[in-house]
Amino acid sequence: MDIAINTSHSKYQVDKNGYYGRFGGAYIPEMLYPNVEELQQQYLSILSDPAFQQEFEALLHDYVGRPSPLYFAKRLSEKYNAQIYLKREDLNHTGAHKVNNTIGQILLAKRLGKKRIIAETGAGQHGVATATVCALMGLECVVYMGSIDIERQAPNVARMKMLGATVIPATSGSKTLKDATNEAIRDWINNPTDTHYILGTAAGPHPYPDMVARLQSVISEEIKKQLFAKTGDAHPDYVVACIGGGSNAAGAFFHYLDAEDVKLVAVEAGGKGVHSGFSAATTQLGKIGIIHASKTLLMQTEDGQIVEPHSISAGLDYPGIGPMHAHLYESGRAMFLDATDDEALAAAYELSKLEGIIPAMESAHALAKLKDLPLNAADVVVVCLSGRGDKDLDTYIRHMNK
Amino acid sequence: MQNRIDQLFAKKQHGILNIYCTAGFPQLNDTLPVMTALQQHGADIIELGMPFSDPLADGPVIQNSGTIALQNGMSLRVLFEQLQHFRERIHIPVILMGYLNPVLLYGVEAFVKKCAETGIDGIILPDLPMAEYEEVYKPIFEKYNVHLIFLVTPETSDARLRKLDSLSKGFLYAVSSSSTTGKDKDINMQQSYFERLQQMKLSNPVLIGFNIRDKASFDAAAQYANGAIIGTAFIRAIENSKNIDETVRTFIATIK
Ligand SMILES: Cc1ncc(COP(=O)(O)O)c(C=O)c1O
Repeated sequence: MDIAINTSHSKYQVDKNGYYGRFGGAYIPEMLYPNVEELQQQYLSILSDPAFQQEFEALLHDYVGRPSPLYFAKRLSEKYNAQIYLKREDLNHTGAHKVNNTIGQILLAKRLGKKRIIAETGAGQHGVATATVCALMGLECVVYMGSIDIERQAPNVARMKMLGATVIPATSGSKTLKDATNEAIRDWINNPTDTHYILGTAAGPHPYPDMVARLQSVISEEIKKQLFAKTGDAHPDYVVACIGGGSNAAGAFFHYLDAEDVKLVAVEAGGKGVHSGFSAATTQLGKIGIIHASKTLLMQTEDGQIVEPHSISAGLDYPGIGPMHAHLYESGRAMFLDATDDEALAAAYELSKLEGIIPAMESAHALAKLKDLPLNAADVVVVCLSGRGDKDLDTYIRHMNK
Repeated sequence: MQNRIDQLFAKKQHGILNIYCTAGFPQLNDTLPVMTALQQHGADIIELGMPFSDPLADGPVIQNSGTIALQNGMSLRVLFEQLQHFRERIHIPVILMGYLNPVLLYGVEAFVKKCAETGIDGIILPDLPMAEYEEVYKPIFEKYNVHLIFLVTPETSDARLRKLDSLSKGFLYAVSSSSTTGKDKDINMQQSYFERLQQMKLSNPVLIGFNIRDKASFDAAAQYANGAIIGTAFIRAIENSKNIDETVRTFIATIK
């Protein structure tokens, strides 16, 4: 497997200073410098080491169950008058794309000699994926999760605990993903030598956005092969993915970034409507600034205070996007849309009834925009079905009875 | 005019007491009364925190003071209004401490200029990268004679320490241990790090901060440096104060 090491020629990839255009960098306090510097120095050589790649590939194959299927969704295709394929990240072990990244980072953490793992989580998928790989490797695991998310994603909290992780509620600010990430960063400051922070999305200080994108790039690597096998053309007309911090989108877009014939569509969480005051549509509402040590687009007040976002989906309830995506937005390479809570719920019900697949609330945002794309019958569309909906059953049941 | 921080270190090299307080805390209009009391009762430097929604380097006490200050209506604009005439009353060095995002949005040059106009002597922005300061912002700070003060930690290598020392102006902020603010790690455990700092014969004066909370920890730190910085313990002291002046007097009396 090739985790996309030789990509520095692309104008959409990170440059040698850790920037995508004017976005990126590492705006860290000095206390984090040694850890982040170590990662910056080492991640590329570790990721490109054949022994690492072999181990990574074997675990993705035997443990995660990759390659994940690329499924032609016949009834969905009929409904939207296009050729729609679902990249089934929901069928991965632990139920989402998040595990691709955690497998990679736990192998990296071992090579760095770290004994203790920390993570943030929103929907709990990244927390579960981290707890899982920590169990697999016998490492201590601490997961920070916003106290609101602990309530709305209860099954995942139980799973993390069963896997042996300690789940610590983040009770500051909006009590969601942003605050869980703050707490994880503070933990890392307080544990400067033995701890690796497995950040779960393509955000945070360099090298995380690039490292996570590379580890997730297996998604588009497989799509290319699978689509070629099915249609004779590795390039679809559209790749559609939801975007919280941007890791599943980064993985699904990765090998298509320079293929300008492939339209990239990123779907943000519109919440109750972009201008309702309850939204997480960062590109619509955000300005350039610094969030979680990255210079990127984020939702902020006139005074530069970070705004508390809203989304029905815990995994998209984040007031920023990763710097790669900020650059894809600003350069016009990707199209950014947003789906409201209600549109996402409707899309989740629709996929369940048409295809027998209950998607994660996050992934449902991507599906919700099929209706807004200018599709022709011959258009090939790949939707990244980033996760399964088990964790969201409470939310789904509540809205079913409405 | 020579920067007030430099003036201070020119005449006093030992036992310098720098106290951190959050602007607009505990009440919005307490900023100046707290600063006035700090000067009155013997602080040598005031470090004024600009509250931020997501203060990554801070523990719960300072985080909470910032949240309250923001709820009180504090912002950079309000702060600069409050500070408009403060130099009529306060003569000791004053440093603003905060995070980069609000400053970027305000505009770095506009911010530094405003600091110079109101009489702010130095700025601490822990998440401003050294390289970006050197390449982009240094001329601005120099133009307005406002000092940017860098942090170092026990994990900072000698080479990087030298580099930070060469860029820092006014003093170097030595974080006593790698931690967020408000922990109570034992200062005496850091002896070898403090001795390393001493032996390096740095070009800046050094103040030690983080984990300084009482007379014992202040004295322990001050013997290795030009002085020390107290934050969380002071915020705790004034959090529920009924009489700011009296609280500040009592607090400083326990340290000095
Ligand atoms: C299933 C699923 N999809 C998407 C996301 C959003 O994250 P990202 O934007 O990093 O893919 C999450 C995050 O928790 C998730 O659980």
